[in-house]
Amino acid sequence: MTDSTPLARFWSEFRTNKVAVCALFVVIAIVLIALAAPLIAPQNPYDLGTLVLMDARRPPGFVGTKGFTHWLGTDAQGRDLLSAILYGLRISIQIGIIAGGIAFALGVTLGTFAAYFGGRIEALIMRIIDLQLSFPAILLALVLAALLGQGKGPLIAALVTAQYAYFARTAHGAASSERSKEYVEAALSTPLAPTRVVFRHILPNCLPPLIVVATVQIANSIALEATLSFLGLGLPVSEPSLGMLISNGFQYMLSGRYWISIYPGVALIILIVAINLVGDQIRDQLNPRLRR
Amino acid sequence: MLGFMIQRLLQALVVMLVISALVFVGVYAVGNPIDVLISPDATQQIREAAIKAYGLDQPLWKQYIDFLGRLIQGDFGRSFLYNMPVLDLIGSRIPATLELTLVAVLGATLLGVPLGMYAGYRPDSIASRLIMTLSIFGFSVPTFWIGLVLIFTFAVQLGWLPAGNRGETATLFGVEWSFLTANGWKHMLLPALNLSLFKFAMMVRLARAGTREIMLTDTVRFARAAGESEFTILRRHVLRLISIPIVTVFGLEFGSTMAFAVVTETIFSWPGVGKLIIDSISSLDRPVMVAYLMLVAFFFIVINLLVDLSYAALDPRLRTRRAA
Repeated sequence: MTDSTPLARFWSEFRTNKVAVCALFVVIAIVLIALAAPLIAPQNPYDLGTLVLMDARRPPGFVGTKGFTHWLGTDAQGRDLLSAILYGLRISIQIGIIAGGIAFALGVTLGTFAAYFGGRIEALIMRIIDLQLSFPAILLALVLAALLGQGKGPLIAALVTAQYAYFARTAHGAASSERSKEYVEAALSTPLAPTRVVFRHILPNCLPPLIVVATVQIANSIALEATLSFLGLGLPVSEPSLGMLISNGFQYMLSGRYWISIYPGVALIILIVAINLVGDQIRDQLNPRLRR
Repeated sequence: MLGFMIQRLLQALVVMLVISALVFVGVYAVGNPIDVLISPDATQQIREAAIKAYGLDQPLWKQYIDFLGRLIQGDFGRSFLYNMPVLDLIGSRIPATLELTLVAVLGATLLGVPLGMYAGYRPDSIASRLIMTLSIFGFSVPTFWIGLVLIFTFAVQLGWLPAGNRGETATLFGVEWSFLTANGWKHMLLPALNLSLFKFAMMVRLARAGTREIMLTDTVRFARAAGESEFTILRRHVLRLISIPIVTVFGLEFGSTMAFAVVTETIFSWPGVGKLIIDSISSLDRPVMVAYLMLVAFFFIVINLLVDLSYAALDPRLRTRRAA
C-alpha cells in the first residue's frame, strides 16, 4: 500500500467492502434528507392548522383534500406520514447524536482519568462503572425517563446515564494499556499538565476502539429513544419521533391499517442497520487479532 | 476461594444497601402518589388519614429507615394500586416472565451458537453471509417494532396465533405455567420469538467472532496435524474455548432479557413483571417500583457471582490462579 496518511489507508481498505460503502452512503443520505426535511416534506406535520381530520388513516397513495398525494398514507390526525417520518428522523438523529456525544465525552473523560490516576480513584470509578454495566441499560433508561418526566432534556439525560459506562469501560481499557508505554513516561517527565498528557498524548491513541463503540452507541441510543417513546416515556406528543409514530399506529394495526406503524419502523430500521453495517466494517478493520 | 467469596458477599451487601437508598430516594421524587390514590374531591380529613396510613407524612429519612426495617423482615410494603403485599404481587407475576425469558434465551442459544460457529468457520460462504445479515437485522431492529410486525403478520393477517395473553395454564408446584399446555405454547410462541431475536443475533456474533479467532490459532493447527476431523476440532476445541464468553453472556443476558421483557410483555399483554412495572410507573405505585428495582438489583448481583464461579469451573487456568 502506497497511500500516505493512515486515514487514506483506512479508506482504501474500507472501500473493498461494498456493503459497508453502500451503508455509509445510506447513512449520509438519510442525515442529509433529515436536515433538509423542512424543504422537501410535503407538509409541516407540527402545524396543526394544515392537518385535515377528514384525511385521517388513509392508505398509501391516497390523494388528500389539499390536493397532494400521501405516498405513505396518513395517521390518526390526518398527518402525511412521509412528512412525519422525515421530521421524525430529524428528531431521532438529533437525540442519538446529542446523547451519544455527551455519553462519549463523559465516559471517555472518566475512563481515561481513571487509568491515568490509578490507585483508589481508579478502583472507585471503575467499580461504579462495572456495577452500572451489570444493570440493563433499558431498565435504567426506563426508570430515569419515568423519574425525570417527559421532554428532550430528561430523555437525553436518561440515555446518557444508560450509555456513558460503555465508553468509560472501553476508554479505561485502552488508556491503561497506553499508560504503561514509554512515550507516556516521556511526556510525564516533562513539566506538562496532566490534562494535556491525557488529552493530547494518551487519548488520540485510544480512539480506534472508541470509534467502534461510538457508532454502535449512536445506533443504540436511537433505538432506545424509539423504545422509550413507544412505551410513552419519551418525547412529548407535540414532537413525534419515529418511536411515537409507531406507537400511535399500534392500535390501528389490529384493524389492518398497517402503514401508520410499519413505515416509520422501516425508516428507523434502515437507519440503524446502515449505521451498524458501517460500524461492523470499522470493527473488523481495527481488530488486530483478525490480521494474519 | 472461601475468603474471596466472603469478600464478594460483603461487597454485594454494601452495593445492595447503596442501591436501596438510591432507588428509594429516586422513586420518592416522582410526583405525589396521594393524588393518584384518592379522588380529588375527597375531604381534607380523608386525605390526611390516607397520607398517614401510607406513612407519607414522615420525613424522607424516617420513611427509608422504616422501609429498610421492614425489608429485613421480608416486608416490601403494600401496593397502592392492588392493595396487596408487593412481594405476593410480584411473585404471582414472576412465573410468566420466567418461562417466557427461559424459552427465548434457550432458543436463541441453541440456534445461535451452531449457526455462529458455522459463520466463523466458513466466513466467506453464502450461507454465512446470510446468517450474518440475519444477525445484523436481529441486532438493529427494535424489539417493539418486530413485535408489532409479528402480531400483524401472524395474528391479524394470517390468524394463526393469538396476539396476547398467556392462554391456558396448568399447575405445577402450585404455580401456573403456560408451557404445560398446547394452548399456552401457542400464546407463548410469538412473544418468545420476539424476545429471542436480539439474543439470537448476539449469540451468532459472539460464536462467529470467537470461532474466527480460534481457527487461526496453533491449537487448531496442531489438532489438524494430529489428524482430527474438522467436526471434532469444532466440537472439542473451538466450542470449549468459545463457551466462556457464551456462558457469561448467557448469564448476564438472561437477566437483561428479563428486563427487556418489559417491552415484549407490553406489546403482547403478557401478564409478567415487565408489564407490572410499566403499569406501576404510569400509576406511580411506589412500593411496587421500589421492590421491583431492588429485586432486579439483587438478581443481577447474584448472577454476576454465579458467572464468576462458572468461569472458574470452565477455565482451569482461572481456578489455579485463584487457588494460589
